[in-house]
Parts: sequence; C-alpha cells; structure tokens
Amino acid sequence: MSKRFELAVDRIKCDGRGLCAEILPEMIRLDSWGYPIIAPGPIPEHLMGLAQRAVEDCPVLAIALRRAEAQKQKA
Amino acid sequence: MGAERLASHVGRLGPLPKGGHSLVELLVRTGLTGRGGAAFPVGLKWRAVAAASRASAVVIVNGAEGEPHSKKDRLLMSSRPHLILDGAFLGAAAVHAKEIVLYIGEGHHAAMRSMAEAVAERTAGERRLIRIVLAPARYVAGESSATVHLVDAGIATPTTTPPPSHQRGVAGAATLVQNVETLAHVALIARTGAATDTVLVTVAGAVRTPGVLEVDSGTPVGEAVRLAGGPSEPARALLLGGYFGRWVEAADAWSLPINPQALRAMGLSLGCGVLGVLPVSQCPVCEVAGIMRYLASESSAQCGPCFFGLRALADACTRIAERGTDAGDLQRLHRWSAEVQGRGACKHPDGAVMFLQSALKTFGGDFAHHPAHLRRSA
Repeated sequence: MSKRFELAVDRIKCDGRGLCAEILPEMIRLDSWGYPIIAPGPIPEHLMGLAQRAVEDCPVLAIALRRAEAQKQKA
Repeated sequence: MGAERLASHVGRLGPLPKGGHSLVELLVRTGLTGRGGAAFPVGLKWRAVAAASRASAVVIVNGAEGEPHSKKDRLLMSSRPHLILDGAFLGAAAVHAKEIVLYIGEGHHAAMRSMAEAVAERTAGERRLIRIVLAPARYVAGESSATVHLVDAGIATPTTTPPPSHQRGVAGAATLVQNVETLAHVALIARTGAATDTVLVTVAGAVRTPGVLEVDSGTPVGEAVRLAGGPSEPARALLLGGYFGRWVEAADAWSLPINPQALRAMGLSLGCGVLGVLPVSQCPVCEVAGIMRYLASESSAQCGPCFFGLRALADACTRIAERGTDAGDLQRLHRWSAEVQGRGACKHPDGAVMFLQSALKTFGGDFAHHPAHLRRSA
C-alpha cells in the first residue's frame, strides 16, 4: 500500500495565523474568520513538499501530516 | 418521590448479577445506544474500552445534564440511584476499571444528595472505587472529552481527538464515559438478558404539565405530549432531541415513534430525549435566534470556527429577528453554517449548525419574510 498523507488541523491549537493558506493555497483556504479549511482527501504527490512546509512553518504547530488510511479507521 | 433505598432496590429487582465479557456481548446484541445524546452503540464502546484497559480503566458516570430543558437524568439520579450504580459497577467489571467517577451537574442538588446517600449504602469494596466530581453548569461540560478534562485537570472543556477517551482518557487510562440513563438500562438488561423497552423523555415548552415521562419505546410523540397534559395552546412545531435536535412541523411530529433506532432510520435523532413544543403564538425566528445566542455563548471558545462562527450566526439570526429579513443575512446563514460544519475539536459547532439548518428548512417562510420587531414602550 502506498503511503498517502493528508493534512490535519488541531482546531484548539490553531489561532488563524493563515500561513498555511499562503504556502499551500492549492489545498488550504481561509474561512470568513481567517481559519483554515482543508481540502479533503490525500495530498497529491507534487504538493507534498509544500504541505511539509506548511506543517513546519505553522507558528503554533497546529497542523500535521497523517496517514490517509488512519482517517478511514477513525470514522 | 424520594430516592429508592438499597433494600427496596434489591427487593424489587434482585441482587446485582455478574457481568463481565458475556454482558458486553449481550449489550452488543440488544443494540442499546447511549442516551446522553450521541446514541453511540453501548456494547461496541464497552468492547473498545475493555480492549484498551490494561486493568486500569476509569468509568465516568455522566450526570452532567447540561441540556437546558432536559430533566430526566437528574430525576433518575434522585429517584433510582442504585440502578445507576449497578450499571456503573457492571461497567467497571466489564472493562476492568480501577475507578468510578460520578460526574454530577453542580446545580442538581437532589441528585447529588441521592447518589451520595446511595454510595454510602454500598459495600466498602464498592465504595472504595467511587469518587464524586461536580460538573460545571455548562452546555459542553457533558461532552465526553470535557468530562475527562475536568476529572483530570479541573477544566470542563473538550480536548482534541484522536485519541478518543475510550483509548486515552483520565490520566491516560482507557475511559468509559456513559450517561446515567444508559447505565440504568444496562442494570436492567443484565438482570433480564433482554433489551429494555422504555425510554425517558422530557416534554417541555407549550404543554400543560411539562416534565419527565417514561414511555414504551415506539410510543408516538403525540401520545407523550398528551401524557404531559396536551398542548397548552395550538402547536406550531416540535424540537426533537434538544438544542442539537431537529425541528419538525407539528402536523408531522405527532406520529413520530419515540424509538432511537426508528428515528435514526428517518434521519432524525431522539438525542437527549427532549420534546420541545413550540406554540403558534411564538415566533420561530425569534426562538431560533435565542437558542443560537445561547449555543454561541456556550462555545468553550477554544476553536476559531466555533467561537467566531457561532457568534456570527447568532448575530445574523438576531438581526433578522429584530430588524426584519435581510437577503444578505439569510445568505450568510446558509454559507456560514456550511463553513463551520465539522471544524471544531468537539461536535458543539456541528450540533449548533445542524439545529440552525433544520430551522431554516422547517421555518423557511418565516425566515424569508420576518418583519422588523419595532421596540415600543409598554
């Protein structure tokens, strides 16, 4: 099974700095109050580098990569 | 009605039977679902906690009952405390728990007294397992991760999941959080080996004698309303399941069966069992605006989309209620509720926007043509 990842936001840590949406607008937009809305589903291969940067550059460490199949188990 | 003492409880129902693994499988077979609101299958939850327990699980007996119109949990605690304790001990045995926390709403004084007195009647071995913790009178205090957070750290706010409480709860231990009515059902199922066939509901709003009723599962909503004295004036709609529930036009509501499974199959939910009757004399838009303001104020203010989103939604509802319909506000209600959905650490924002979406559907005409309520001096 190929390793596919998705983005997960810790809603309590997140305080809407918005860096993630600047780094990865292909997958992250901001809602009316400046908090990220993440496109559902796995991250396309060509965006993995930017996704990693969005994770690392978040000032409050509120965003993480997680295995896409882990999400299905949770549901 | 006073609290039932241990002697009459045992005299009426017989002693506490052995539970353990076979009880978990029995609960799976009976299909009992939680009565706190989320209707999670009880047997499956017990199985998960037992698997993660390592003989150090914790059972939280959830009697927070923060739902504004619900009274059934505190009535059960103050009248049948030993039935709830039986369910808690059965749960503790089944998941190999080392502690039972009675989590009781701070304003529920009679319930607290009754539960404490019932604990005192139990054996020393049973008493040693139990601790009583007061739950603050907040809407989110009964949410399962919030109960764990309060027991752990004294703060009744939800925490980020995963991991869920049944894997990592109080002090890192697997934790079974179960509503008091659910545990009472468990105590009965363990004795008879069969599914229970009654449900506790609270009938509220425009009825002659509002209050708690125990009805046979499947009883029509209209029959429960009749047992509560009937509507005190012509009814417009029913709010089924409390503030996270759904609005149903009165004409469609009376025939609905009070049965968690049957309602779920219809896309509805019994939730915490509140049946709220809205009279025709009351403006649904103003009622919805008031409930949205309450739900916004009960956000634990941890997640941006919930804190800011619910506030914005409540403000837009209130503007329509006070100044009259504005097409822009109506659009914003639809857009913002879709935006907020699914974006909190807990389900508070989801519950609130699903309530609002149901109101917009049921009272679409009222929202579209609401007049300004001009302030007049009396």
